[in-house]
Formats: sequence, structure tokens, C-alpha cells
Amino acid sequence: MNRVELQNMAQAETERQNAFRCRLLCCASTPCLSSGSTAVSEAMKQALTDGNLDAEVEVVATGCMGPCSRGPLVTVKMPGQEDVVYEKVTPEVAKEIVAKHVTQSKPVSENVLPADMPFFVKQKKVVLANSGQIDPERLEDYVARGGYAALAHALREMTPEEVCATLTKSGLRGRGGAGYPTGIKWDLVRKSEGDKKYVVANGDEGDPGAYMDRTMMESDPHRLLEGMAIAGYAVGADQGYLYVRGEYPIAAQRLQRAIRAAERRGLLGSRVLESNFNFRIDVRIGAGAFVCGEETALMASIMGRRGQPVPRPPYPSERGLWGKPTLINNVETYGSIAPIILNGPEWFSGIGTEKSKGTKIFALAGNIDTTGLIEVPMGITLREIVYDIANGIPDGYAFKAAQTGGPSGGCIPSQFLDTPVDYESLGALGSIMGSGGLVVMDERSCMADVAKYFIEFCMDESCGKCVPCRVGTVQMHRLLERITDGSATFEDLETLEELCVLVRDTSLCGLGQNAPNPVISTLRYFREEYEAHIKERRCPAGACEMNRIPVQELNTNSRVYSQNGAQAEPAQA
Amino acid sequence: MARKQTNPREDAAPAAPPSNGKIRLATVWMGGCSGCHMSFLDLDEKLLDLFAQADLVYSPIADLKEFPENVDVTLVEGAIANVDHVKLAKEIRERSKIVVSFGDCAVTGNVTSLRNRLQVDDLLTKVYHEGPGSVPHGDDDDIMPALLPRVIPLHQLIKVDAFIPGCPPDTDRIWTAVSALLAGQPVEFEPEMRLFG
Amino acid sequence: MPVVTLTVNDELVSGQSGQSLLSLLKELGIEMPTLCHLEGLSDRGGCRLCMVELQGSKRLFAACVTPVQEGMVVYTHTERLNNYRRMILELLFAERNHVCAVCVQNGHCELQTQAAKNGMDSVRYDYLVPDLPMDASHERYVLDHNRCILCTRCVRVCDEIEGAHVWDLMGRGVNSRVIAGLNQPWGDSDSCTKCGKCVQVCPTGALTLRGSTVAEMEKQHDFLKWILTGREKKQWDYS
Repeated sequence: MNRVELQNMAQAETERQNAFRCRLLCCASTPCLSSGSTAVSEAMKQALTDGNLDAEVEVVATGCMGPCSRGPLVTVKMPGQEDVVYEKVTPEVAKEIVAKHVTQSKPVSENVLPADMPFFVKQKKVVLANSGQIDPERLEDYVARGGYAALAHALREMTPEEVCATLTKSGLRGRGGAGYPTGIKWDLVRKSEGDKKYVVANGDEGDPGAYMDRTMMESDPHRLLEGMAIAGYAVGADQGYLYVRGEYPIAAQRLQRAIRAAERRGLLGSRVLESNFNFRIDVRIGAGAFVCGEETALMASIMGRRGQPVPRPPYPSERGLWGKPTLINNVETYGSIAPIILNGPEWFSGIGTEKSKGTKIFALAGNIDTTGLIEVPMGITLREIVYDIANGIPDGYAFKAAQTGGPSGGCIPSQFLDTPVDYESLGALGSIMGSGGLVVMDERSCMADVAKYFIEFCMDESCGKCVPCRVGTVQMHRLLERITDGSATFEDLETLEELCVLVRDTSLCGLGQNAPNPVISTLRYFREEYEAHIKERRCPAGACEMNRIPVQELNTNSRVYSQNGAQAEPAQA
Repeated sequence: MARKQTNPREDAAPAAPPSNGKIRLATVWMGGCSGCHMSFLDLDEKLLDLFAQADLVYSPIADLKEFPENVDVTLVEGAIANVDHVKLAKEIRERSKIVVSFGDCAVTGNVTSLRNRLQVDDLLTKVYHEGPGSVPHGDDDDIMPALLPRVIPLHQLIKVDAFIPGCPPDTDRIWTAVSALLAGQPVEFEPEMRLFG
Repeated sequence: MPVVTLTVNDELVSGQSGQSLLSLLKELGIEMPTLCHLEGLSDRGGCRLCMVELQGSKRLFAACVTPVQEGMVVYTHTERLNNYRRMILELLFAERNHVCAVCVQNGHCELQTQAAKNGMDSVRYDYLVPDLPMDASHERYVLDHNRCILCTRCVRVCDEIEGAHVWDLMGRGVNSRVIAGLNQPWGDSDSCTKCGKCVQVCPTGALTLRGSTVAEMEKQHDFLKWILTGREKKQWDYS
């Protein structure tokens, strides 16, 4: 396929879509699938068949539309009219939509989400522009929305240097968490000497509650492939690896199908778009280790070795996969590439703050009214996200903290709700942007208990290579267990704080270095809560059981044996 | 539970000796084999030097029932294994200026703590019910102190001012430590004297 | 090889470009604590004992995997580093069942020696007391997981020097364990050549000669240098 054929394909698909009187987009992303969207789309198809509407109305299985807790979601598209989004669609509601909205143009008002909802209005969709709008399994649908035009443009009009320079100018920073400038990274790999180079997409998303990458891979796989191909051209690589978390079977399957479709049309493989550029992409599926999201461990895993990090330098840009220069970016970063190439770096750097450009996807979870996936311009405040987009905290409870960055991040208390969300501001608060998990907690959450949860996660996910992470996290977890069960002393708190610093400073990779962050940040903002557990043997949030006592306070008159020894018997008050 | 380990606190150094000019020294035997005390007795003629400067106010080798008040230095052999140890250790801490973990069991738990991987009930069954002979068991006789779920080193229960490692510590180590303490100095060992085991 | 100049503990020194910082520090006679490093095996930077401070960086660097660089300003024994070393050793002692008094390696153990050298007089952490097995299925050697610190010297020597790759790791985090073959009893391993290199490089009492009792086991690493000199320089010293 060449550039003209690509344009023809886009035009033919647009005409095909416009021929329908109405298109019913039904979300087929994991959250909606799990709340029953398959039955919904079946019901719609049946209703259309029954009404003899097959020829004029199309049902499309799309990717994620955003407000996942309100799924299954359905969008009704009619030419010349605003899209209407339906929430909590059951097969019965689906039939009604066909009967009333499609046939009589009367929306089924109970389930309609208002178009002016802050959830939609406050977002800015760049990476997720196609998500929920196209059928991820149809290449034509992607091409009709400008897909692969950026790759065609780059191959024909730009040198690899220019691609890197464009990204540098755009201010795009890595979306995996660390925020390294993408253009500079690409340029490093481009300049690295090597007869073979690799491009890797990191889709090993593992933060609890985060599913930005999964959504992107499930909803718009070609966008990712296009970004990787542009990267391959820019750095001089002819092979890409897409590392997908093992728990994401739908994403892996859609990506594999997308790769085959793109290869058949000459958009990947040999002589891409009839240029001299060759680029193959293979999917590698992880085996359930969080640490494989760390780039050196990820490369080890791709090479078939035990997924353990190795010390850097050398960085992957010098010596990566099989010792060759390797470019590793998060999938969301690759998702930002095509729009930057098409719209120009100035357009992209016009969004966001001074040092954090563009948009960021967040997965909203926790004690909020609407959970789901959002894409917002950098610099939006936490308050807007929590109270406008997510529609606040239900049942009248008060906001307590927002946890960003998953197990490597920190908790941000209410006095910082007006902080702009960007790399620098979150870092200054002791948290990180991270890959985009955002968990909101209300007053019923105990911060020591939250810290314990995250430390337990890191303890379970530590690869075991370096001592501070392997054993330090276990000891931190023990101390937090003691604090939350009532058996801690103030010396324990001191030991915990020392350990936080040790694990942060001496661990080999980012997993260990960042593992103490949730403890450090909750101690910074909620120290009195920890102290109440120790001094008053009380959990202020009422979340901890507090059913043990320190060994120092044991009832030393005990002559009773029990399975667990003397500690099981409470102290005589 | 973990305690910060430091050398003897300056304010805890033996203050002006009592009227007879002697340091009040105690040695205690908790969850250990008494090997540390045997090694202590191996000081031989140095014991004479020691008792020229110190009075032994409490010890398993002197039959005293109550741990006395105003002790200057207490050497504790053995780990904390039952509630009686907990009680005694707290008394020791309250009544002693300097508490020393004496030997590996007090310092690390050592052999005494080998039972830690067993549940207390399984342990008692194995030792007292499945073993040879008939031995009293403390189910209902109100005599035997309850075992702790885990044997712990002394410093995980009370603040400890100095550590003498070794199983048992040899007489050189004991004398180095004791003579430093008698002189009101912190206990400092050469690396080879610091080896466990 | 070009010479690089750097500052170590406020003294100007020179080293060979490409050399690891640890090897330079050893040449300078600066005693660095190490456990996973062993001359002749590849370095992995796992034990974190040889970490140093580099001026201008907030991070710490494991000397074994950090190449010397022109203008580096290195500090090897600051109070912070000494504290961290002691804490790491305490973490190791608390991790498994290191009961020196009843260990076959007592008195000849690198972990025990490092603890003494680095001023570890006690362990502030809970002993984790894992319930770990021993593997006595091999006709000549014994593996005791209770004493293993996961330094992977055995894995590396078997792979890099002997070429048999009998050893590897399974599990992760604190549940990691060295395994023979595909997690089978060591004695059943078809690939084990019974050469004993793993036993000799093991820093603790995790790998020992069958039949040795408390404090009897001593290890020697000289063979590594002998083999490597022979292979690299074709000089086999049989004297």
C-alpha cells in the first residue's frame, strides 16, 4: 500500500460509514465486557434484525468510552446530530434504544448521560481520541480517522533527525512515570552505533487500579503500532517488541490481529508504505511480574531470561536487547506520537504547563462517584479531577487523600487539592505522576493501612535480587502490620523511617527505590494518624482492628498455653 | 519492638560507686544453656580482680530470689522465651544502670530461638508428650510460665546498652567488656571479638 | 588502556578506563565489604554492600558495577554508607536462619565476618524464621537454604566457569530460592558434574561438603584464578 491507496481506503471507509442512517457504538473494552456489554450488543443486533433495520443501522464494538463504572456504555451516532451516550445499558434498554431513539429519534432519557457533563467537557482527548469511536479490530476505521497518515508523512517528508527534533520541540515526556524527554531519548538511540536496533513498547502495566495502557491497547491498537513504526524510522530500528502484561489477553489478541492486518496492507513489515523502511513488530506476553515493567527487567524477559533488573548504566539506548541500542517507551508515549507529527509540535506544546506538555491519561478509582478512564490536559487541578470529572465523593464523606503513581507514588492530602497535576508539582508533594493511576480515598481510609497495602504489593513483587528491596520491604510490612494491629512501639516507627530511607537509597531498581514512597508520604502528611495507633491504640479512621498488644505489655502472670503462645491473651487492663 | 542499639548512654555510666566503693554487678540466666556463665567462671584468677572492684548482688550462682534495686551493671545470658523472662527483664531494666546482652542467645536468640519455626502447642507436644519419660507440663498446674509465641533477643524487649557476642563468649571478650564497664567506659571490641558463634 | 584520574576519599588516584570502581578500590588497598562479588565471576550488584557516594549525585552506586570515570569524586566510608552497610547485614541476618553457633561454616563465613567488620553488634529487625529445607541428596555436597543469602555465586560459577548451569533461581522476592536443574533434588541433577565449584565459592554455610560438622567447613576460591589464568593466558601452573 502506498500513500494514495491509504487515502483511498480512508475515503471509502468514511463513505461506508456515512451511508448508515445511524451507528450504534457499543463499548467492548474489559470493564464494559465484564458488566455485560456482549449481551447488550447482541440485543441491539437482534432488535435491528427484528425491525428490518440491518441495512441502515450498524452496531460497532468499540474501545473504552471513559466512565467505566457506568457501563455498559453505548453511543448513538446519527449524521448531523450530536452523539448521545447511554450509561448502564441492559439488553432491555438496548431494545428500547433501537425502538425509540433509532426509529423515532426520541432518546431513552433515563439512561442518557448529559453531553455537558464535566466528565466529558473537562477532558481533552489526544491519545484516546479514537477510543470509543472506532472498532479496534478494523484497520479501515482507524485509517478513516487519519490513521497511518503520520507514518506516511514522516517516511516521505521527514528525516529521522527531524522526527526526533519535532518530538523534542513538542516537549513530550515519557508517560511511564519518570517523565524523561522523549525526543532526547529517541535521539540518543538514533545516534547510538549499532548494526541492529530495537524499539520496545512497555505495556506491562501493573499498578493496582491502573488500566490506561490496557485501554489504549484494547481500544486503539493501530495508534500504538503507528507510533512504534515512526520510532523505528526515527532511531533506525527494523524490529519492535510490544511487551504486554500476561493478564491482558484481550489487548494481546487485538494487537496481534492489528499487526497482521497492518502487515497485510503493507503498513508494517517489509517496505512500509512502499518506502525503503522495514519494520516488524512482535508481541511478547509477560508472565505476571510487576518488576518486568522496569525497563532492564522487561528486556531480560523479552530475551527469555529471568525478569530481573540489571544496574544502569549502560542504559538501553547504548546496550539494550541482545546488547544492541534499544528504545523503550510506554505505550501511552507511543500513542502521543502520531498526533504530534500530524498537528505539529507547537500544537502539542500549546497544551499543558511550562514543563509538562500535552495530556495525560488517568485511571480514576476509589471513593468517587464516577470511576473510569480520563484524558486531561497537564496542569488541571486535582480538585477538578475529583470534584468535577469524577463528580465528588459519594454518601457525604470527606475527601482525605489522593494516591497517584501506584505503589511507587504517594498520597496527596486535601490541602493540596488545588495543585496542578504535572510532573514537577506532584514530585514536590512527595508523590509522582507515575503511569496514571489515581486512587481517591475518603475519611474512612486509614493511611497507615493504605501504606501497608502498597508495601505488601512491593514486597510480593520484589524480584529478590538486591537485599534492601527483598528483605527491607518485608521488614517494613511487618512494622506496618504491628502499627495497624496495635502491637507497635515508637521505636518501631523509628525503625520504619530508617528503613524507608535505606530501601529508597540502596535498592537496585526503581521498584525498590520508590517502594517506600507511600509510607514516606503518608508519614509526612498523616503522622498523627500513625501516632494515634501507637500512643492511643486507636485507629482514627476506624479501619484497623487493633487486636494485639506490644510484647512489652504482655500479661506476665499468664500461665495459660495456647496455640500461639502468650501473646494471644490480652493484657489485664 | 526493635530497640536502637547504642553504646552505654553517657548518663548511664556507673556513677559514683556506693559507700564501700564497689560496683554492684548482677548476672542473670534467662533462656540459655548457662554456657555463658560457665565461660564467666572460666575467668579464673581474674574473678579475684573482678570482685575486688565489684559486688555480685544477683546471680544464678548466688541464691537470691529477688532482683535487687540500684544495680550498676547487669549481664543477661539467654533469650526471652517466656512471660517470666519478660517480667524479670523489665525489672532488670528498671533497676540497672547498664544492661548487657551476654552471649549469642541474649544478642540474637541463637539456639534458644531454633524453636521459633514451630507453633508453641506443637513444640510442647513434641517435647513433653511425645518425648521419652514423663515430665510436668503446665496445662493446669499454674506453675509453668507461658511461652512466648517467638523467642526474642533481649534488645527487642528492653533497651540494651552493650552486647557481648559469642556462643559462649570467650573469657577475653568477657574480660574486655567487664573491665571496660568497671572503668565506666563503653564496650568496644576488635572485629574478631565481635564474631557471633 | 587510557588512564583516568579520579578522587577517592579526598585523594587523587588514577585507574584504567573500563575498570570497575571496586577493582580500583581494592588495588588502592581500601577494604570494601562485598558478598555477591567474587573475583573471576561476573558482577551483579545485588548485595549492595559495596555502595559508594559519588559527588554530584544523590544516588548511591554499587562499586562492583560502576566503571571508573575521569573526574569522579568517590567516598567509600561515610557515616551514611557505614550505617547502610550495617542495616543491610542486619536484614540478611534476619532473613533466614543464620545461627552461627551451630553452623558448619562457623568461623570461616563471609557473612559472619562482614557483620563483625562492619560493627553489627545486634539485629534491630524481626527474625523472619522461614521454614526452609535442606537438600542432602547429593553424594558429595549439601545445600542448606537456611544459610543462603541469594548472592548467586553458585549460579554464576556453574554457568560461567563450569559451563553446566545446574543452578538457577526460582520464586521471587523473599521467597526466591536457588534450585538445581528444574527444581529437582540436587542428587538427581543429570547436568551436575560434581566439580564442587559452587561449594567452594559459596560465602556462607549454604553449600558445604557432606559430612562436615560445626565450624569444620572452610572454602577456598584460589581455583578460580588458576582456571581463568590458564584459560586466558594458556598458563597452567601445576607446581
